[in-house]
Amino acid sequence: MSILVNELTRVIVQGLTGREGGFHAGQMITYGTKVVAGVTPGKGGTLHNDVPVFNTVAEAARETHANAAAIFVPPPFAADAILESIDAGLPLVVCITEGVPTLDMVRVAAALRGSQTRLIGPNCPGIISPGKCKIGIMPGQIHREGHVGVVSRSGTLTYEAVGQLTHLGIGQSTCIGIGGDPIIGTSFLDAMRLFNDDPDTHAIVMIGEIGGNAEQQAAEFIRGRVRKPVVGFIAGQTAPPGRRMGHAGAIISGGAGTAKEKYEVMAAAGIRCVQSPADIGQTMAAALGKPVAQ
Amino acid sequence: MPFLQSLYRAFVETDASLAEINPLVVTGDGRLIALDAKMNFDDNALYRHKDLLELRDLDEEDPLEVQASNYKLNYIKLDGTVGCMVNGAGLAMATMDIIKLAGGAPANFLDVGGGASADQVKNAFKILTSDKAVRSVFINIFGGILRCDVLATGVVAAARELQMKLPVVVRMEGTNVEEGRQILRDSGLNFTIGENMKDGAEKAVRLAGGAR
Repeated sequence: MSILVNELTRVIVQGLTGREGGFHAGQMITYGTKVVAGVTPGKGGTLHNDVPVFNTVAEAARETHANAAAIFVPPPFAADAILESIDAGLPLVVCITEGVPTLDMVRVAAALRGSQTRLIGPNCPGIISPGKCKIGIMPGQIHREGHVGVVSRSGTLTYEAVGQLTHLGIGQSTCIGIGGDPIIGTSFLDAMRLFNDDPDTHAIVMIGEIGGNAEQQAAEFIRGRVRKPVVGFIAGQTAPPGRRMGHAGAIISGGAGTAKEKYEVMAAAGIRCVQSPADIGQTMAAALGKPVAQ
Repeated sequence: MPFLQSLYRAFVETDASLAEINPLVVTGDGRLIALDAKMNFDDNALYRHKDLLELRDLDEEDPLEVQASNYKLNYIKLDGTVGCMVNGAGLAMATMDIIKLAGGAPANFLDVGGGASADQVKNAFKILTSDKAVRSVFINIFGGILRCDVLATGVVAAARELQMKLPVVVRMEGTNVEEGRQILRDSGLNFTIGENMKDGAEKAVRLAGGAR
């Protein structure tokens, strides 16, 4: 088991014929993901690296029975690409694109309400259920099948945490990068609910960063409902207030959204908080009662 | 009411992230007037607001940050002595944090982007060495799909071209990591290998003159 994606997931790649989309679709196929179609308006009816290309998502979904989309289109067109997939009724849409205007995402958030679609991202590495399905840009080989769920706002920092887990022999059920933007489709809270309900996920790693209060909301849920061990880290303990740290959502504004404030709420919820990003793997090993190396 | 509608329009049509009016006054004859205002705009939407982009005043920004933005590097100057070069914003923040935990202080936040191409590494070196407070450089790259031998070749070429004098600690992870390390060792330049993130941070802090 795993959450959201597995061996039955059939993926449409929006922007398949672009440089990024083409490269990462190839990597996804190599990993074993069923990439069944690409969508590029005007290129319908062609083949791109043996994958059939369609003009619209609706047509691609109808012809290939796809149930997920990965979006690699440039920022000015990303919101429309998401809206098209929502309109086609796809259950899962993963938007990798970085730099989508916030007000475009306001429109997307409104369209998601009452739809049958779950959006992951934008500005995220995607989602992977190791050994089953990878939708996104993460390096597949650092992952290992297992029972720890990982949820994070970051890309490479997630790889760092996953690398530590795998190195210690701890596999993952599903790893989700939810994205670093202020408006995203799937929050920490959403991911936490899904991991909590998944019998195959035995423990959870939550990697947050400064800005907003999404980690606090998840912590409140964990305090009341989650009996599985949760290990938490917040990036940006040394970040200066008022500066946007790379991610659009990573900013301490008006003194709110600091790492300290998040750690306090998380610790009060029983989350095993680590101050050093190097301790994520070992802390999880200890929480699972595994013998710790070194 | 028309006043609030206008404010809403001004916000939405400029892709603002903040529109603040202070003070707002009512004149003797009952008119509402905004005496001062502050607006912030969404960086990601500036491509469709060329008029706003022209208002940018480079004199109001840190010169190194301006130079970095010309290279499309995400750079924020801080006041420590360990220069950081990292791929990805989250890992870049975490790298600053671990330098602090190792007893040092980060000189900057610097995200070279997911790909960390040879050109970007060179540009990042230029920025880091322009900050005179920097005593050592910590490169922390989680490659994954990026091959470490390619990355190492880029780092060596950039360091050689710029005649880097500062000690550089390189921690990299990903495909061909051993080949990458060998390239650094064989270069004859002043590189130190970080076995992992913690080891790299500790070495970089020591080379910057130790904890303070």
